[in-house]
Amino acid sequence: MRLETRQVTKRYGKFMALNEASFQTTTEARVVALLGPSGGGKSTLLRVLGGLLLPESGEVLVNGEPLPHDPDAALVALRRNGFVFQGYNLFPHLSALQNIVLPLQEVHGLKTAEAQARAVELLTRLGLAEHQHKRPAELSGGQQQRAAIARALAPRPALLLLDEPTSALDPVMTGEVLDVIRELAEGGQKIVLATHEISFAKKVADWVVFLAQGKVVESCPAEQFFAQPTSPLAREYLEGLSRYR
Amino acid sequence: MPGSPLLSRLLWSLVLLLGVSLALYGTFATVHYSWHWSVVWGYRAQFLWGWVATMVISLGAMVISMLLGFALMLGRRSPWEPVRLFCSGTVEIVRGSPLLVQLLIGYYIVATALHVNSPVLVGTILLGLFEAAYLAEIFRGAVESIGASQWEAARAVGFNTQQTYRHVIIPQAVRRALPGTTGELVSLIKSSSLLSVIGIEELVQKVRVMNSASYTALEGYLPLAVAYLIVTLPLSWWARRLERRFAYET
Repeated sequence: MRLETRQVTKRYGKFMALNEASFQTTTEARVVALLGPSGGGKSTLLRVLGGLLLPESGEVLVNGEPLPHDPDAALVALRRNGFVFQGYNLFPHLSALQNIVLPLQEVHGLKTAEAQARAVELLTRLGLAEHQHKRPAELSGGQQQRAAIARALAPRPALLLLDEPTSALDPVMTGEVLDVIRELAEGGQKIVLATHEISFAKKVADWVVFLAQGKVVESCPAEQFFAQPTSPLAREYLEGLSRYR
Repeated sequence: MPGSPLLSRLLWSLVLLLGVSLALYGTFATVHYSWHWSVVWGYRAQFLWGWVATMVISLGAMVISMLLGFALMLGRRSPWEPVRLFCSGTVEIVRGSPLLVQLLIGYYIVATALHVNSPVLVGTILLGLFEAAYLAEIFRGAVESIGASQWEAARAVGFNTQQTYRHVIIPQAVRRALPGTTGELVSLIKSSSLLSVIGIEELVQKVRVMNSASYTALEGYLPLAVAYLIVTLPLSWWARRLERRFAYET
């Protein structure tokens, strides 16, 4: 998978979330980690790469193909991807099962029986079979996040985009969720992951994009990044994070 | 009653009811009002017809107000500015001016100009429009209380705007709009009494006619209150049941 952005800019009012951010991975990149300080543009870049946010200017290319700038065409493009966010963004009025089944039926045109079967298969794989009829509020944080991953995986996405999926979880639940992500990565799922879990990124990522103040500071193979970050910003960030781990 | 909440609630309700009745009775007794219930009884058929008229008009207006209120809410959230302005203006003007004025102008000017001659039809539509303005704001508040993260999650699973409203926003907003909506519908039933100004013989008007014809003053009004309560109390009760059915933790 080759991901590329060219001079991508995205503003929220006066705040420049992305300021002419440019990077390019190699074709071999399978798990891309977006790292960097909070407010640096990780979440925005992740949404832009997945087609969930449209940048004000610049190009986003996935395997050489530019993402559309028109909202309706972008919606069609983003349906190829799966998203998981920091806060559990399950629909609170639906059970875990319905959360997965509804988009399969409505967006991907599956029949009820097919959608149900696919949802149960995924919930079972992620250890949630016995909780399938519970609503999100009845699930623990880790279970909610696994259900969210199941929902994102259900339509067999080309790209799974995870935005700080463990930031709201305690260490035990974080472990549960990271195990799932590692298994997916090992199974060949193409992943973009924004995270502060440096040691996890070190284990699963094969490419790192380091962002600060809306700009891509470094973009290189993960091994190279962790062994020898070239920018002082990245070095400082890594040192700061590894101080107590 | 320890251990039986239902029984204890029933008992307390009885005690309170008895207390209020005694107080009322005492008050009436002090002013020495002499009741003539037999005269009122003679008008029972008239009274019933007035009640039926009130209910039919209210029911029609309720349906209109919910549909129109929903449309106005969507209009106020429209991406097109003229639509937004039109709907906001409608809500503010209808909500901000007296129903009495709307009925008089709506019936004697607008309906006459359009050659519509049925006071019941015009009254129902005007009452529906009046309450729609309030409902639009209740609906808008409920829809806007659904956080941005739900919109984003809906977009992320691939829903378009229509699917997002239908499957994500409306089901969650209904629960938040229920208490306000019930209050508005109860108020609608009572507001229907104003329709007498355009010549509709609804319940209140029937009672006024009866009072002046039979030289009574208050005999009609007590049954009148009961006639409204017969409908409004079950409505509130049913809404509370609905609220419980829609209840879930967020």
